[in-house]
Amino acid sequence: MSTLEKAIADTNYLKDPPGIKNWLFTLDHKRIGVLYLYGIMASFLLGGIFAMLLRLELLSPDQVIVDADTYNQFFTLHGAVMIFLFIIPSIPAALGNFVLPLMIGAKDVAFPRLNLASWYIYVAGAIICLYSIVAGGADTGWTFYTPYSTQTSTAVISLTFGAFVLGFSSIFTGINFIATIHKLRAPGMSWFKMPLMVWALYATSIIQVMATPVLGITLVLLIVERAFGIGIFDPAMGGDPVLYQHFFWFYSHPAVYIMILPAMGIISELISTFSHKKIFGYKMIAFSSLGIAFVSFLVWGHHMFVSGQSELAAMVFSFLTFFVGIPSGIKVFNWVATMYKGSIELKTPMLYALSFLFLFTIGGFTGIVLGSLAVDVHLHDTYFIVAHFHYVMMGGTVMAFLGGLHYWWPKMWGRMYSEFWAKISLALIFIGFNATFFTQFIMGSQGMPRRYATYVDTYHRLHAFSTYGSWVLGLGFVVMAVYLIHSLFKGSKAPANPWRSLTMEWETTSPPITHNFDRPMVLEHGPYDYDVIDPKRRLEDHKREVSK
Amino acid sequence: MDTTGTLFLPPSGSTISGEVDFQFYFIYAASIFFFAVVTFASLLFVVRYRRRGEPTRSDAPTHNTLLEIVWTAIPTVLIVIVFVMGFRTYLKMHVVPGDAMEIKVTAQKWFWSFDYPEGASAVNELVVPVNQPVKLLMSSQDVIHSFFVPNFRVKMDVLPNRYSVTWFEATQTGEFDLFCTEYCGKGHAEMIGKVKVVSESEYNNWVEAGAGPAEGEGLADYGRRLYVSKACNTCHSIDGSGNVGPSFLQKFGAEEALADGSFITVDENYLRESILNPQAKIVAGYDPVMPTYQGLLKDREVDALIEFIKSLKDGQ
Ligand code: HEC
Ligand SMILES: [Cu+2]
Repeated sequence: MSTLEKAIADTNYLKDPPGIKNWLFTLDHKRIGVLYLYGIMASFLLGGIFAMLLRLELLSPDQVIVDADTYNQFFTLHGAVMIFLFIIPSIPAALGNFVLPLMIGAKDVAFPRLNLASWYIYVAGAIICLYSIVAGGADTGWTFYTPYSTQTSTAVISLTFGAFVLGFSSIFTGINFIATIHKLRAPGMSWFKMPLMVWALYATSIIQVMATPVLGITLVLLIVERAFGIGIFDPAMGGDPVLYQHFFWFYSHPAVYIMILPAMGIISELISTFSHKKIFGYKMIAFSSLGIAFVSFLVWGHHMFVSGQSELAAMVFSFLTFFVGIPSGIKVFNWVATMYKGSIELKTPMLYALSFLFLFTIGGFTGIVLGSLAVDVHLHDTYFIVAHFHYVMMGGTVMAFLGGLHYWWPKMWGRMYSEFWAKISLALIFIGFNATFFTQFIMGSQGMPRRYATYVDTYHRLHAFSTYGSWVLGLGFVVMAVYLIHSLFKGSKAPANPWRSLTMEWETTSPPITHNFDRPMVLEHGPYDYDVIDPKRRLEDHKREVSK
Repeated sequence: MDTTGTLFLPPSGSTISGEVDFQFYFIYAASIFFFAVVTFASLLFVVRYRRRGEPTRSDAPTHNTLLEIVWTAIPTVLIVIVFVMGFRTYLKMHVVPGDAMEIKVTAQKWFWSFDYPEGASAVNELVVPVNQPVKLLMSSQDVIHSFFVPNFRVKMDVLPNRYSVTWFEATQTGEFDLFCTEYCGKGHAEMIGKVKVVSESEYNNWVEAGAGPAEGEGLADYGRRLYVSKACNTCHSIDGSGNVGPSFLQKFGAEEALADGSFITVDENYLRESILNPQAKIVAGYDPVMPTYQGLLKDREVDALIEFIKSLKDGQ
């Protein structure tokens, strides 16, 4: 090791400045990203345990391990934890925090203190949410539909208040990213020279800032109704329950895009890097992110086709829903076209991207099935919906998140994971996922309603198969936990740019030094200029220059 | 008419199912086609352009306007077709035919009750004549429920503060599952009824007879049937096991602690009051969630239920 390399190794952000206190009060976006990563991984574990318990309970038609009340609390917690604590912050707050400034050649985000505050708010919100477990659990489903949620005797207030608090964390992160992207790009990085991940985070942030307040207001109204008996949604007190659904979905539909847009950003990075080829239709992908963000505000009513809204409203919502499908479809075609005549390397992140393509496409097409008014009447609130959103959220967002996690893992920790075990784990996850959830499409369209603790015998075989699938899926994640943790200690040292990518985060060391780069960054080439630049050559040139 | 169902869809039993199924499989087929294209292309590229050794530089174009227009336009056209079909059928689902008979549906935790124009009523069993449009005028006593019969492809939320309407015309006789599909708490998964489609003459007989004891059936046995058909069994066991409400086993004659601290001996009058006006006296340790059966049960039926409870002296 040259003295230079040694010096760099000691000044990397993981070690400098040292000590737990410096971690907890850090303003470094990389450390905050890592703190978020701990938080969401713990949440994913918790939500996953609930998921396994749910599947176990559904192994056979009658009660298996828990009674209906407990089952209802489990699915509520599974949903709330996975959505509010895991998936919403997963890509933007954890990976996004880490990579965004690096990708645009900045030293940090625009408001580092606000960034740390949003992590603490996240932790506070999480604790309030989880307090509901000790306070007797909530049993409303993550959607908190009124009037059930006003009338049930369970700990609804603490769960909704937790979600309310978490909303602020999400808003702050959004504001921070928007300012960062506007103000801190390296000289020369015009809007159309930004990596697509940055575009995706930008579109996501806009939704976070604009939609989350509506959720906050809705949850506050719900709390006010429960705590003070002021009738807003509960007809027994003169309110209107359908109003609640409108409010709730006005946030929660765009929230689906808070979850999927950044995932699409990651996929663009992965496919271009591992195909070693310029992304196909850059502008189309960038604009379709913004297009999706915009239209996502206008489709909330498609969750309510059988709620008794007017036929006219249903028509408009159905029509607009289909038009979110188009830009998503365009992205898929663009990704496939990017691979054409590329130089494709099947490393784990690329395999995750391919899994994403496969699963997300299924999720997208079943979305079209649900967008059709007449067919939705039959499928609404059945397992078809459950399968659909797991294909989109897990097959889409989680696959992309894991792809991104593996892709940036060497940058984060300076260590490589075991490629062999990563592939084994991915195979298990892929097979387990499809076994678990494809079955649910079938039982759903056959009529199996969701949120049933017990069920009629007709669906027994499908449910049992789905449960077996969940065991394979769970095993895949166990394997992943083992090899990832192992790599932190025993993994081989990661080079600065193991994937020969052209985006800026790879121009610093792995792990990056505390101030990100050892020189002021200036954009020298586009993020995907694989047709003109060879990144390996560039890096060597650069090293030679530095050591001179 | 298909009676066996397909891989994805259950046997169809109403006039609207055909259209819904057609659209389902139309979208399905189109999706399979595009899915196959995307998957096949990805796999082909992965195999064909797999990196061997050093990465190569590509001379492939980075965008192609014609191609991009084509792959935007084709799905758009298909989607407009799907939208129009879906909307037209949806309208049909919402416009009740003029000659429909009307049945009042009441949902409450956790059972369904049905009131017929002729005065008959039933719990958890909707009896309708075949080939006759049936309009359902629905409301809920408590939270939101949803009326779903998979075989008929009908679903409609049932709300506490307004009437909602749906209709169907059954094309097959037989029994079909009726599910609640809007989560409504502990008994949600047991809020399952049956739709019994019968011939017109059978239907007329059923309505006339009202639901009464069968020939030669004892009062207690009739009560036992009512215990199931009026959904008492969703909350009360008869074997001493716990549930939402107290078990009926050895109830009669027992000394009962009430929530207000007083005690009462269970006799016929107390049982009658508990059924018709359950909020009057609340059993200690239970929530006051039992719905009133005032107006839902005839005198005769209350008698039969009381007789049945009296008969549960020891485990049976
Ligand atoms: C939604 C659940 C539910 C349903 C359905 C229900 N009950 Fe109840 N019932 C309860 C609960 C809870 C109590 C105890 C609280 C109270 O006293 O109101 C109770 C109490 C009673 C009691 C008094 C028991 C005692 O220990 O003193 C009787 C008698 C009774 N129910 C009869 C019936 C009959 C007959 C039916 C069907 C026609 C029926 N219930 C349907 C929930 C239900
Ligand atoms: Cu219900």
